[in-house]
Amino acid sequence: MNNIWLVMIVGGLITFGMRFSLIYLFGKFEVPETMRRALHYVPPAVLSAIIFPEIFLSNGTLDLSLSNARLPAGLLAIIAAWYSRSTLVTILVGMAALFLFQWLNL
Amino acid sequence: MSEARKNFIEGIRAEVPILIGVFPFGLIYGALAINSGLSTTAAQLMSSIVFAGSAQFVTAQLYSEGAPAFVMILTIAVVNLRHMLYSASLAPYLKDLSLRWKVLLSYLLTDEAYAPSILHYEKEGLAKYKYWFLFGAGISLWTNWQISTAIGVFLGAAIPSNLSLDFALPVTFIAMIVPVMKKFPVIASALSAGVTALLAYGLPYKLGLILAALVGIVVGMLLESRQIAKKEAQ
Repeated sequence: MNNIWLVMIVGGLITFGMRFSLIYLFGKFEVPETMRRALHYVPPAVLSAIIFPEIFLSNGTLDLSLSNARLPAGLLAIIAAWYSRSTLVTILVGMAALFLFQWLNL
Repeated sequence: MSEARKNFIEGIRAEVPILIGVFPFGLIYGALAINSGLSTTAAQLMSSIVFAGSAQFVTAQLYSEGAPAFVMILTIAVVNLRHMLYSASLAPYLKDLSLRWKVLLSYLLTDEAYAPSILHYEKEGLAKYKYWFLFGAGISLWTNWQISTAIGVFLGAAIPSNLSLDFALPVTFIAMIVPVMKKFPVIASALSAGVTALLAYGLPYKLGLILAALVGIVVGMLLESRQIAKKEAQ
């Protein structure tokens, strides 16, 4: 059974609900300050939690050697992101570095 | 030209530079979704049912790793929580609209439609027909997102899966978060979440991701409170 449809429909309803919530409830409810501050940390926390395992693990275990091509490629992408501030440049640098290190490791 | 139409066109015009940046993002989403094992129909329809870039990327990633439905749904909810803030911030400008308009504009309320609209509203104030600006920005982004997804889905089916294209996803996330790494609590939040994700990677149902996100949020908030307390003590 493919549960992706359930995920999309429920996930879509939740997303719409959050977008609609305060436009609908305007004047009846105020966002608490604590929640406002917590929301600020959601993107860096969630995205790092996805990025770290992708870069530092290979086959589920920590791999800090250069044979793990994703590690140098990820670090170069971080540097590219810092200096360019451009999604496109970061993707190009990260993917080019990955292909290069994979090729060197052959 | 009617006032509504003028606002609508202004909204589209403000959105154009953003559309140029979002287009490759949609292409990558479409291609990645296919490489993650989603059907072409599911990959395409996610762009209109969920219509939230980063949540769609994360869902595709979790799906490829075989995460259970409740973890994917919980993750979508956490990733999209910020939309409540946008909803709160735009609410005063939309308060007099009919329910139908509120529903439509809420559906179109993405990061990319919110940003130019709130700037415009803060400058121009509460004038009549201003909601057409948000509608113009939102609908042009929506159209762009559907088309770029479709092209990405089409290309994704043609690209061999052993090309490590999945790595474009973490790299895209790097591009999104590195530029905001300016204040100490934000950096500490990201690092603690990342390290927790490594330590908790073995947890079942990808729960490590949720745990890591919570740790990161708590660390960020605690450090921010401490900084505020320090400043007040001085």
